[in-house]
Amino acid sequence: MILLRLALKSLLSRTVTVSLTIFAIALSVALFLGVEKLRTGAKASFADTISGTDLIVGARSGGVQLLLYSVFRVGNATNNVTWQSYQDIANRPEVNWSVPLSLGDSHRGFRVLGTTPEFFERYKYRGGRSVDFTDGTAFSDLFDAVVGADVAAALGYQLGDQIVVSHGVASFTEHDDKPFQISGVLKKTGTPVDRTVFVSLEAIEAIHIDWQGGGRAQNTISADEVRQMQLTPKAVTAAMIGTNTRLQIFGLQRWINEYAQEPLLAILPGVALSELWSLIGVAESALVAVSVMVVITALLGMAAMIFSGLNERRREMALLRAIGARPWTVMLLLTTEAALMSLTAVALGMGLLYTGLWVARSRIDAAFGLYIEITPPSPREWLVLCGVILSGIIVSLLPAIRAYFLSLADGMQVKH
Amino acid sequence: MKAAIELKDVAFTWQGRTQFTLSVPNLDVVEGEKLFLLGQSGTGKSTLLSLICGITQPQRGTVVVDGVDLAALRPSARDRLRAERIGVIFQMFNLLPYASPLENILLQLSFAPERRKRLGNAQDEALRLTAALGLDDQLVLNAQTTELSIGQQQRVAAARALIGRPQLIIADEPTSALDANSQTAFLDLLMAQAEEAGATLVMVSHDARLANSFDRTLDLADIASTKRRAS
Repeated sequence: MILLRLALKSLLSRTVTVSLTIFAIALSVALFLGVEKLRTGAKASFADTISGTDLIVGARSGGVQLLLYSVFRVGNATNNVTWQSYQDIANRPEVNWSVPLSLGDSHRGFRVLGTTPEFFERYKYRGGRSVDFTDGTAFSDLFDAVVGADVAAALGYQLGDQIVVSHGVASFTEHDDKPFQISGVLKKTGTPVDRTVFVSLEAIEAIHIDWQGGGRAQNTISADEVRQMQLTPKAVTAAMIGTNTRLQIFGLQRWINEYAQEPLLAILPGVALSELWSLIGVAESALVAVSVMVVITALLGMAAMIFSGLNERRREMALLRAIGARPWTVMLLLTTEAALMSLTAVALGMGLLYTGLWVARSRIDAAFGLYIEITPPSPREWLVLCGVILSGIIVSLLPAIRAYFLSLADGMQVKH
Repeated sequence: MKAAIELKDVAFTWQGRTQFTLSVPNLDVVEGEKLFLLGQSGTGKSTLLSLICGITQPQRGTVVVDGVDLAALRPSARDRLRAERIGVIFQMFNLLPYASPLENILLQLSFAPERRKRLGNAQDEALRLTAALGLDDQLVLNAQTTELSIGQQQRVAAARALIGRPQLIIADEPTSALDANSQTAFLDLLMAQAEEAGATLVMVSHDARLANSFDRTLDLADIASTKRRAS
């Protein structure tokens, strides 16, 4: 007990160095916990990119690839699904709903997705949240378009603005003969929806009706003429499927994967998402590694601080020895000081983190669509926090052992 | 009469950049005696005191303090013996700067439970001692240790050495940092309190003028020989 009091008093007498040291450790602890929270938050947000969809169907390729182009709009489909096959699947008794997705065009760097208005009801993210409109509604006219929050923000679009869709993903040919009008702007979701321009499936068909083999045909068809035509698509890129009961998912998946007329692939979004996360999870390990380094650096800083204080404290240690303290007690005093500093730093670090989270949470959500839950530290985090305190004590053993031998050598008086 | 300190055939060699050897063929200090050891610096006085306090161990010979042969004790028991039976006063830097004067005095007791047991209320005893040594209660209770003058610090150190009635007080040049007037005043107070506590007092100093009030004076050069050799 007396040691604890002495350690505390000794620390309080060196306010500046001690508080700087504690602050450095506290910051590193806050950084580490912050990275942990961001990491789990990002992982959860990522896993919640799409929910409520039981199967995603596309041409046969890899599961991750299908997920990438259908949900994340990254890369391109190797092949399409014919309208006939899509109809076959959509009409299966197990299927409750299906939303076709048609990709391939872009608008000023953002992908254009042809789909049905049902998309906005069926697409769920973050555990069942629906996509909401900031302004306007889903498309009702053939040449209506809905833009995601990032698209609207980046290009300054408002309701009623006219936009032109480009052919392909990186081309200079525009479908400028058939401009679209923005009928709705979506709220920020933190998913790829934010970076997507939505048009109807018929519109995709309409803007390509006078195209052949990647180029515009000689006889162009005007926007007004096309409205009179039959606009059933010949193919779609992928489809989101919802089954009646979850029990039917695997049966339907097998049926689609064994579909004889065309090589198709049906994936469970959750499985493909975690497969994809494991690919980009290297970055998360790197983040953790960096924050661990920062914690270690801060702890070493504390050891250095104790070390540098040793020489001027030799008299103090000799005095303690003279009045009957054992060398072991002198060592324990230094270690107790380190333990107190680490403990304070961990508490302060947690305080910093939770205050920071509390202040920044809504901003992070708005800016990055990253929803961070404020939860008490997980068992893993508690373990790390105890580890920091323990490491602080272990690191302080270096100067403490030196103090032990110094006080043995010095005896009652410091030799000069 | 019982011996407070007995040194026989003691030889201690300190191996540093130079080899230093201290030999004490014979030294007896009787219980309750006030012994003045006259010694210039470099005559091995600090080493002698370290041997008596059990902080350093001689390579040869026996050191018996208050009837206990120090060589027979484990290091931790020697530390305990020092805490329980000896009070030490140095020339300066006697106090922990971050603890209050009172805490500095009571700190001695936390290493010496038996000394603590002898006292009723430790704080009352500390204040009684400091009052007897001429320190104001308010100063002991409320002042920062770093605010005290050197003379005041030495008195606090004396109170710490005396608290709980240890058998032996070891004072290493306790007055060297004081001016001439304070020296005798401090020494008188220290001797009176040591006498009242029934403690043996061994004081080392280079200043022969201070020897008057002691029972016996020994020149360190007569009882101990030192050898230095560049190794």
